[in-house]
Amino acid sequence: MAEYLIKNGFVFDPVLGIKGDKADVAIKNGKIVETTALGSPKVIDAAGKTVMAGGVDIHAHVAGPKVNIGRNFRPEDKLFGYKARSGIERMQGGFSVPTTIRTGYNYARMGYTTVMEAAMPPLYARHTHEEMRDTPILDQGAYPVFGNNWFVLEYLKNHEIENAAAYIAWLLRATKGYAVKVVNPGGTEAWGWGLNCENIHDPVPYFDITPAQIVKGLIEANEHLGLPHSMHVHANNLGNPGNYTTTLDTFKLSEGIKPNSKFGRDQVMHHTHVQFHSYGGDSWVNVESKAKEIMDYVNSHENITIDMGQVTLDETTTMTADGPFEHHLTELNHLKWANADVELETGSGVVPYVYSPNIKVCAIQWAIGLELALFAKDPMRIFITTDHPNAGPFIRYPRVIKWLMSTEAREQQFDAFKHKDKVIDATNLAGIDRELNLYEIAQMTRAGPAKALGLAHMYGGLAPGLEADVAVYDFNPNEPYAPDEIETAFLNAEHLFKTGVQVVRDHNIASNGNKRTLWVNAKVDENPQVMRDVREKFLRYYTVTLNNYEVTGHYLPNPYVIEVDATE
Amino acid sequence: MTKTVTDVICPFCGTLCDDLEVVVSADNKELLEVYNACAIGAEKFLHSQAKDRITRPRMRQEDGSWKEISYDEAIEYTAKILTDARKPLMYGWSSTNCEAQAVGSEIGELVGAVMDNTATVCHGTSLIAVQDIGIPSCTLGEVKNRADRILFWGCNPAHAHPRHMSRYSIFPRGFFTGKGHKGRKVIVIDPRPTDTASVADVHLQIEQGRDYELLNAFRVAFKDEQLPDVVAGIPKEKIYEAAELLKSGRFVIIFFGMGVTQSLGKNHNIDEAIAVTRDLNEYTKAAIMPMRGHYNVTGSGQVWGWLFGFPYAVDLSRGFARYNPGETTSNDLLRRDEVDAVFVLGSDPGAHFPFSSVKKIYNLPSVAIDPHETPTTEVCKVHVPVAFVGVEVGGCAYRMDNVPIETRKVVEPPEGMMTDEEFLRHVLARVKEIQGV
Repeated sequence: MAEYLIKNGFVFDPVLGIKGDKADVAIKNGKIVETTALGSPKVIDAAGKTVMAGGVDIHAHVAGPKVNIGRNFRPEDKLFGYKARSGIERMQGGFSVPTTIRTGYNYARMGYTTVMEAAMPPLYARHTHEEMRDTPILDQGAYPVFGNNWFVLEYLKNHEIENAAAYIAWLLRATKGYAVKVVNPGGTEAWGWGLNCENIHDPVPYFDITPAQIVKGLIEANEHLGLPHSMHVHANNLGNPGNYTTTLDTFKLSEGIKPNSKFGRDQVMHHTHVQFHSYGGDSWVNVESKAKEIMDYVNSHENITIDMGQVTLDETTTMTADGPFEHHLTELNHLKWANADVELETGSGVVPYVYSPNIKVCAIQWAIGLELALFAKDPMRIFITTDHPNAGPFIRYPRVIKWLMSTEAREQQFDAFKHKDKVIDATNLAGIDRELNLYEIAQMTRAGPAKALGLAHMYGGLAPGLEADVAVYDFNPNEPYAPDEIETAFLNAEHLFKTGVQVVRDHNIASNGNKRTLWVNAKVDENPQVMRDVREKFLRYYTVTLNNYEVTGHYLPNPYVIEVDATE
Repeated sequence: MTKTVTDVICPFCGTLCDDLEVVVSADNKELLEVYNACAIGAEKFLHSQAKDRITRPRMRQEDGSWKEISYDEAIEYTAKILTDARKPLMYGWSSTNCEAQAVGSEIGELVGAVMDNTATVCHGTSLIAVQDIGIPSCTLGEVKNRADRILFWGCNPAHAHPRHMSRYSIFPRGFFTGKGHKGRKVIVIDPRPTDTASVADVHLQIEQGRDYELLNAFRVAFKDEQLPDVVAGIPKEKIYEAAELLKSGRFVIIFFGMGVTQSLGKNHNIDEAIAVTRDLNEYTKAAIMPMRGHYNVTGSGQVWGWLFGFPYAVDLSRGFARYNPGETTSNDLLRRDEVDAVFVLGSDPGAHFPFSSVKKIYNLPSVAIDPHETPTTEVCKVHVPVAFVGVEVGGCAYRMDNVPIETRKVVEPPEGMMTDEEFLRHVLARVKEIQGV
């Protein structure tokens, strides 16, 4: 493999603690190495430019059944934006739900190299893997959903942590999944009957377990196994005024639990797209920001990480395993609604949504997301996401970075709101003058998510031994700049290396890379009870046989298996 | 000695049964018996063993007779007609695996083809309706475990999806449906007294072509508003009764077929059927599902969805994907003379397209890739026989509820036969050579 030396860039790397100093980055055999280890490298002149590790996205909906529903049922999402085939690039379409090819290329153009698919229905794991296989460049993994799974509900009702853990290990292997995802615990099962669980003590119909028991039990099972990532939750009551109390109640379920993982993470709960969960008030008339209350809790509890779910003020396509929420949304905006309930496991819904700057609530949502990041005391524990495509498409990350780095950019946006004064009254943002620096951005987009995923040994930094995922942006942090220049630079990486392969050269896609699919193989002691339960449920209730369930090798042409030994 | 292969997936219809057992000879060369399959499915497996099966590509001669050619010649012919054409039609894709569909899509991109599947004469109208109004749906296991109101509209699973009723919809005992069919109410809406209708609790024998009116009447009846005395040939009392029956269910599922998708009203019928389902969700839980025909027509829509963003009628001829049913659909293109070569794989337009379209295929450079001799192979210039997917080669297929299942290989194909995917990979390589990319 070619050797590269990226010379004289302004390097921002939380792993090495470099805060914009001039430094060289050396690449050899797909890894970062000491500069002395190079023979005759190709030299990339990065003088006057910003150098960071490849971006890591901890939460995006980029592959799988509901994403494809979004593509297929929204031809309008492809209007005007289709890009023709040219050179090594295949044709690319879609804005809020791009084709897999565009997904890979657009992340690469932003300097991202690792993207986690946030919700994989286990029965549809094959579909998710087929899409990830056809997404070029990126390293990816997918989180199977557990929070409404009948096995989990039955085990955790009796607090059978070992059985739940053995089942998790089995399902991760069967689906080639990466982590334990929980979406509206219990609520999506209730949606099987058109109902919901609105707070953490609202019992699940028939199963007679509460969301609190599900979340706490899954945290314990996750730590029992010692998985790389923590339990990753989207709590109950998403998107409703006054829901911040449910969010705080959910946070508190992690109290007193310490991580048990050799993968170096400090959290036991990752709560995703917290913007959607930080609302005060009791109606859309008086909805207000509770970001301060939420962040006070997060800042003082080290075993929690969160991501933003920043609203980008675009027309987009919402999609979530929170089936009842999507029904609620279609009642609200009267746009088309797809729903896909999955036997014994989960459900999902898809509804287009327009976050208009002329609507007060959308503007309040925009402010809340930014407040979360700006109130953060430890940028290693709060990550930039748009819950792609729910709060906005991932292609807006550079815009989010601009808003976080510039009060001027935020003021411009405030001035563009139709109900500016009401928005200011309902939020804290106008009174915040903090501007994040590039080091903090690197924490929130690289080192932080990599650590929370238990992948700090591979991604998120530029220390020798890490994967050679390196982005070079045409941005000089030491010169004066207009806010929009931030967005332009982060939207168009000048160079990007992915495991040592140059995938972006001079702002153009130069290679389809060497994409890998990450999954976690957790070994547990033999558990005859769980295996008997699995056989029985497949025999009686599933509509596929047990022998046709497991995702086999050829769906993952280039797998990267992370082994976890949880045997005793 | 023989051996039995279990958990075999049936590559016939969208029901995609995965519990077949197939007895094969010890050397895996002969398929002897098929268990658990319906009559059609069993025949599909057994037909692969036909002694008179065509095992080598053939080219039509001037005098109308066939001449055997090599796979290399067939690859050359296929690559050439596709690259020579300004706008080739690559049609079918419903009776093959997703792996072949993906390779075919790459060829389509390179040659600027129009990619279309059998939805174009089947559930394409449903796909358009979904783009209008969405679709609240579920997997078939949700139906099995929860549904107590089953509505079949314009479809006849007793004949078209023979095991659907026993595996998923009417008879199975699921988690919350322990009484099986005794706990369910079945409504059939069909102008014909079908075998499906004969097992229904309620059969509304609708006047032909009046589906939209009756669907709309249901929406009125849900709200207890006034109806005319008779709608679509059904007295209003019966409509109110049926509407009440649906509303009183815990979980309603509507299955619909080509009786509504291809009759008067087309996609507007489906719009209204989905609106009925949406309305029902105000009172209870309801879902709706198209009865997809070919075992992997759903999969081709999925593959094109993630590669191009559209489920059928995808025109790649301008270098990027366009979708405009009515313009970019196969029959419209053929009848307007807009395509100049025809490639068919995994479908039989010769049997199912209007005769005026079939004549156009006959007059164009054309190739049919199909294990069987079909009316399509009869009108094409070259016929490339291939291994049976799901019998002689595995690969992914999507059930009517979009659940992907990996089909199995149970016997060896006749010696020297290519699979769809192998043939397409060779064509792809040759196309790249010709184009110098």
